[in-house]
Amino acid sequence: MIKLNNINKTYFNGSPLHVLKGVNLEIEKGELVSIMGASGSGKSTLLNILGILDTYDDGEYFLNDVLIKNLSEKRAAEYRNKMIGFIFQSFNLINFKDAMENVAMPLYYQGVPRKKRNILAVEYLDKLGLKEWAHHLPSEMSGGQKQRVAIARALIANPQIILADEPTGALDSKTTQEVMDILKEVNQTGMTMIVVTHESDIAHQTDKIIHISDGLIGSIETLK
Amino acid sequence: MFDLLNEIYNSMKKNKLRTFLTGFSIAWGIFMLIILLGSGNGLKNGMSENFKYMSSNSVTLWPGWTSEPWKGMQKGRTVTLKQKDVEFLTNKYKGKIYSISPSVRTSTLNISNAQEYVTLSINGIYPDYQEMRSLEMFEGRFINESDIKGKKKVLVIHKRTKEALFKNGENALGCFVNVNNIPYKIVGVYNDGFEQNPDIYAPSTTIVSIYKPNGEFNNISFEVKGISSPKEMEAFITDLRNNLSILHNFKPDDRNALWIRDRLSDYLQTQGIFNGIALFVWIIGIGTLIAGVVGISNIMLITVKERTKEFGIRKAIGATPSSILKLVFIESIFITALFGYVGMVFGVGLTELINYVLEMNSSGPSNPENMTMFRNPTVDLSVVFLATFILIVAGVIAGYVPAKKAVSIKPIDALRGE
Repeated sequence: MIKLNNINKTYFNGSPLHVLKGVNLEIEKGELVSIMGASGSGKSTLLNILGILDTYDDGEYFLNDVLIKNLSEKRAAEYRNKMIGFIFQSFNLINFKDAMENVAMPLYYQGVPRKKRNILAVEYLDKLGLKEWAHHLPSEMSGGQKQRVAIARALIANPQIILADEPTGALDSKTTQEVMDILKEVNQTGMTMIVVTHESDIAHQTDKIIHISDGLIGSIETLK
Repeated sequence: MFDLLNEIYNSMKKNKLRTFLTGFSIAWGIFMLIILLGSGNGLKNGMSENFKYMSSNSVTLWPGWTSEPWKGMQKGRTVTLKQKDVEFLTNKYKGKIYSISPSVRTSTLNISNAQEYVTLSINGIYPDYQEMRSLEMFEGRFINESDIKGKKKVLVIHKRTKEALFKNGENALGCFVNVNNIPYKIVGVYNDGFEQNPDIYAPSTTIVSIYKPNGEFNNISFEVKGISSPKEMEAFITDLRNNLSILHNFKPDDRNALWIRDRLSDYLQTQGIFNGIALFVWIIGIGTLIAGVVGISNIMLITVKERTKEFGIRKAIGATPSSILKLVFIESIFITALFGYVGMVFGVGLTELINYVLEMNSSGPSNPENMTMFRNPTVDLSVVFLATFILIVAGVIAGYVPAKKAVSIKPIDALRGE
């Protein structure tokens, strides 16, 4: 599903900063993988490259056998839209749109008619137990609810992979577990999922932990 | 498209006050542009209306004083226009000049009918004067040849003078009025809806014989045939001045000796002034609009900055650069067009209202102030279309910088941390 060959990334902000120093990684379809690492280790950069939010300097990145390299912004946007679902630590919902509209957003950019995408959005919200909240604004919801809306949004375009960046970072321990259960459930349906976290609790609920340090893959712990 | 409008509506709703203030600047810009253009048009139309009463090929001569010595004679001699000048002109320019008339004015006289009286000066003229000044007869006739030949004591009065002298609306035609104890017969009533101090007309011969023993005219005016350009008019006037300088013994280039004014040059000069005013109005109007555009651009820039995160999210979930561009551009165009239209409607509304009030006043028979400096201060439909076009262009210009800014937002930067 995901194949990284010798990915290098250097930031040029003042003095050059070599963040990724030749990352090689393979993730199979249907896996639930976590990436752990100290801050500054390059895990966020790696996630951004995986999510086609950032470019890399050297190497190759295949997503579902498609080479992701030197894409135009338009192309990158299309791939993000169709192949990747994002879940963020701070939810990143659009605050003046209600839950349903937020969930329907990726379909809006695919040109799906309004009625159809709203029906689908409510369906997905229903799956996550938020049907009654469809017409509430994010500001009227709890953190756990917001994250569930974000999960619904990530799922609605039926992507190849889900990238979750500290998905439980802003949640209390109870909701953290709820969200993790949902993610695991989604993974059960065959969805490939990558979770970036610094909590080993979370990491240990995944199939595989990829430790990254100093811009390189350190060790890979297989748990299942 | 509906979705796009919905997005814009949401964004505008979120910032009602800001949207309103931004919109107000553009509405005000367009409003001022329309009002200024309307006023310019009003002045122009008013002036053109006034010019309508003068044929554009009419020339008027006024006597003056010589300002230079000539052929052994001192400067400061008065030049006078008399009957012989009229004859000289008609003979010299046979076929070229038509509709000639002197104007010889009395001092103000009491003209009375029983208890009612007016104090006006009488203008002694020829029958041609009617055509030259486009005087419309309301009833009766104008001064005719036989009046001139017979030096008849007849008067043609203005409709308002008639109303002043015949308060009960009696028939004025054929009635005699006293002019400083000399009875004159009223033969006609005219109406031109224009002059502030309506003249009373009498045959020039009558006026000369009773009030002007020296036979001096105040001026002579006539119309010239076959002149279509200011250049031709200039050539004609030079020739005229030369001929008259021989007749009156003054230096041909002594402009003070004889004043010659032609309506064509006057008209063109006024046209020039109004074109200048129009240009000025456009510059001011466009300037105001630019201020509005800069305002919108500024506010949109702030909006984009505030919405950085939102644009980042949109991009992360698949918004293409062009869709972001469209969002900002259309919002900008939408705000400019919407509020611009509001300004335009108010502007056009106000000019139409002023026009309506002006029309009401000028058509009322009881209103003595018929002189219009200002008429029909409205703008053409073409100006409205042009303004619409300008608005859209303004919207595009206003949206350009903010839209570029929005497109350049990188999702990773936008979504990083909180």
